[in-house]
Amino acid sequence: MSAVIDNHTHDHHGPKKGFMRWILTTNHKDIGAMYLWFSFAMFFVGGAFALVIRSELFQPGLQMVEPEFFNQMTTMHGLIMVFGAVMPAFVGLANWLIPVMIGAPDMALPRLNNWSFWLLPFSFAILLSSLFMEGGGANYGWTFYAPLSTTYAPPSVTFFIFAMHLMGVSSIMGSINIIATIFNMRAPGMTLMKMPMFVWSWLITSYLLVAVIPVLAGVITMMLMDINFGTSFFDAAGGGDPVLFQHVFWFFGHPEVYIMILPAFGIVSHIIPAFARKTLFGYSSMVYATSSIAFLSFIVWAHHMFTVGIPLVGELFFMYATMLIAVPTGVKVFNWVTTMFRGSMTFETPMLFAIAFVVLFTIGGFSGLMLAVAPADFQYHDTYFVVAHFHYVLVPGAIFAIFAAMYYWLPKMTGNMYPEWLGKLHFWLSFVGMNLTFFPMHFIGLAGMPRRIPDYNMQFADFNMVASVGAFAFGITQLIFLAVVVITIRGGKKAEAKSWEGADGLEWSLPSPAPYHSFSTPPEVK
Amino acid sequence: MAGSYYVPEQSSLPIAATIAASIMMLGAGTWVVDLNAGNVYSNGSTIFAVGLAAVLAVMWFWFSTVIKEHQAGMNSAQLQKSYVWGMGWFIFSEVMFFAAFFGALFYVRTFSVPWLAGEGDKGVTNMLWTGFENTWPLMQTPAQALAESTGVITADHVKGPDQVIPWSGLPLINTLLLLSSSVTVHFAHVGLKNGNDKAMTRWLGATIILGFVFVGFQAEEYVLAYTQLGLTLESGVYGATFFMLTGFHGLHVCIGAIMLSIMWLRHRRGHFKPHDHFGFEAASWYWHFVDVVWVGLFLFVYIL
Ligand code: HEM
Ligand SMILES: [Cu+2]
Repeated sequence: MSAVIDNHTHDHHGPKKGFMRWILTTNHKDIGAMYLWFSFAMFFVGGAFALVIRSELFQPGLQMVEPEFFNQMTTMHGLIMVFGAVMPAFVGLANWLIPVMIGAPDMALPRLNNWSFWLLPFSFAILLSSLFMEGGGANYGWTFYAPLSTTYAPPSVTFFIFAMHLMGVSSIMGSINIIATIFNMRAPGMTLMKMPMFVWSWLITSYLLVAVIPVLAGVITMMLMDINFGTSFFDAAGGGDPVLFQHVFWFFGHPEVYIMILPAFGIVSHIIPAFARKTLFGYSSMVYATSSIAFLSFIVWAHHMFTVGIPLVGELFFMYATMLIAVPTGVKVFNWVTTMFRGSMTFETPMLFAIAFVVLFTIGGFSGLMLAVAPADFQYHDTYFVVAHFHYVLVPGAIFAIFAAMYYWLPKMTGNMYPEWLGKLHFWLSFVGMNLTFFPMHFIGLAGMPRRIPDYNMQFADFNMVASVGAFAFGITQLIFLAVVVITIRGGKKAEAKSWEGADGLEWSLPSPAPYHSFSTPPEVK
Repeated sequence: MAGSYYVPEQSSLPIAATIAASIMMLGAGTWVVDLNAGNVYSNGSTIFAVGLAAVLAVMWFWFSTVIKEHQAGMNSAQLQKSYVWGMGWFIFSEVMFFAAFFGALFYVRTFSVPWLAGEGDKGVTNMLWTGFENTWPLMQTPAQALAESTGVITADHVKGPDQVIPWSGLPLINTLLLLSSSVTVHFAHVGLKNGNDKAMTRWLGATIILGFVFVGFQAEEYVLAYTQLGLTLESGVYGATFFMLTGFHGLHVCIGAIMLSIMWLRHRRGHFKPHDHFGFEAASWYWHFVDVVWVGLFLFVYIL
């Protein structure tokens, strides 16, 4: 993103030249941009794996790949999309935007920030290299349940564990930095309840990260010990329990899915008001709803384990607690809709993605509620219905929000407007492709098609073919987005400081592109 | 920079830290995989050692840079607060790491072991482990019980410990040591705040000695466990939880004691002032945290 930094209007020095700039940088915009590019690259890698999966599933029978390799593809697709694409994209946006939104010169701990980023390419290099190791790469699913990931795992699992440890260090350091920035670097006058929603959502997300990533570190350490040093955490012969793995994993895992959606909530809460030309309806209820979601996310983890054999009280508790989350989530959806109500709306690309977010995320929320009904989940669990559910919350949820954010703030980052027609094309093709891919999965899931299996019964053939066509359409469409970003960096209509008529917030008081050092002297917030 | 907040220009520290940490992890991975495959010609341990040395070196340079910046007056009060927030949340993340292992301990004790013994909601699992009884410490594993009552030897025939460590011996002494070290580090802090250099030197020195004596006793306990009590990492889930909890705690005591030792040296070099000594304060917070974890361990691992 060279246009971001070619800014000589500032008297003090801009960025260093050349390649080393990116390696040594402490600048939040440089680091944010690197996070975003890294995430985009991983999005294509994970996407390629998904297309391998969809090619195999295009028709019943085994035709493209060996089942062993199919397992590696489902596992790597999940791991890379979760830890390599969605999370780094949100962290990148946080890096770029939080300092400019709160009127700070940079992140609170700039060197630590650089470290958090550079750990990621290294850890993913280790993770991906496991595909070429003896016995193959990770093949136990992105949830790496014991004993699949312990007793029956390929030797490369040890490298998987160490790669995850590095990622964990990156996440924890990154979140600590964000928390310190938000608590310590706000411009005078910006009280907590005046903070932009994106900042709020990241404050809560970082808290979740600091709380649960260490638990992930704990569970992979137990795996490491069980595999290599003879402990029996997950082995009943020694008094342990494989179900223990699932408890500890999902204590991390459920908050993790909220880590992937709360920043999206924040983004949408900026974009909808901007293009409805109204202030956000119910700001404080948004803050409280986000906080309650974060709190509740700690006490619902066993909804992933309804069928594994937990006591009846457990089933009931986790069923009701899970349903409770629908309340604050409903508050948020209500507020977004009410913000649009009687607004003077226009439908530029960011708004299209944001509206699609509200509609399609809600579908995912409803299928979540269906899954939350413990007795019903006995039928849905481990079928394509679950796959449909989480892809509806993650693709038009997390990923559409990331796209929306990129279109919305790209003028601020690059100083240029993106070509609107290309953006709209990208949106509509993504919208159609994504629904083609994932909507049929509801039907085949309810009809009983199991997930993570490379072959299937003839009865599921038609819908699977539709899903595969949709997946290729969606995948290829993303090249349009790459084109949009490159074109916008290289030129285009100059963006004004306030690039959107209805935009609100400190970031729009800076020129576009924003200067290399954001607010050297903090602005006053009334 | 126009602003008062110090933003370092460029730095080679983080990339060095990344490379060092990656080498260390790759080395550890190679080492462990080779060990497990019975490959004696592994160079994993060497790579690991190189990585570890590099990590320590980078930490050394990184902290000295921060200290030098501070001494040069580049750190505003606001920046200092960033360090305070950073340390506080780092300790919180450590708390959650221990929480995972405590959670595992509580889970096996209240759920999985009773179930395997045929008690409670999921007692049906006992069908697979005839003869297994619910005791804690778990002296006889399900595999052992099955072998004894039916003669069936499972593939993973895990043996329980012969004996466990009673809380009233070394663990009690260690509790007293660690609790008093929390008090001494507090006295050191009071001394420092009152400008009483001598008190700081002595009390902090005492804390460090207490810390290392604790580690020594802990090592003695481990030797005893492995050589005489048959209590090892491999003795069922009791051994697993015992060694992982006390082991990670012991590691943290070592780290804390090293941190405090560095603070002692820094104090001798006159780095700290009565109102400006966050490095020491951070280390002492860490020390108190390690102490609190021990109290939990003493209660739930040794006594109850
Ligand atoms: C209204 C809110 C939600 C409810 C009630 C809900 C409920 C559930 C339930 C009960 C399951 C387990 C299904 C099964 O395995 O049988 C599940 C799976 C899943 N959910 Fe949700 N969910 C909600 C929102 C979300 C959000 C916001 C995300 C992520 C952004 C998400 C991501 C996932 C994922 C990734 C899985 C599958 C994990 C796996 O087994 O691989 N969910 N959800
Ligand atoms: Cu969940």
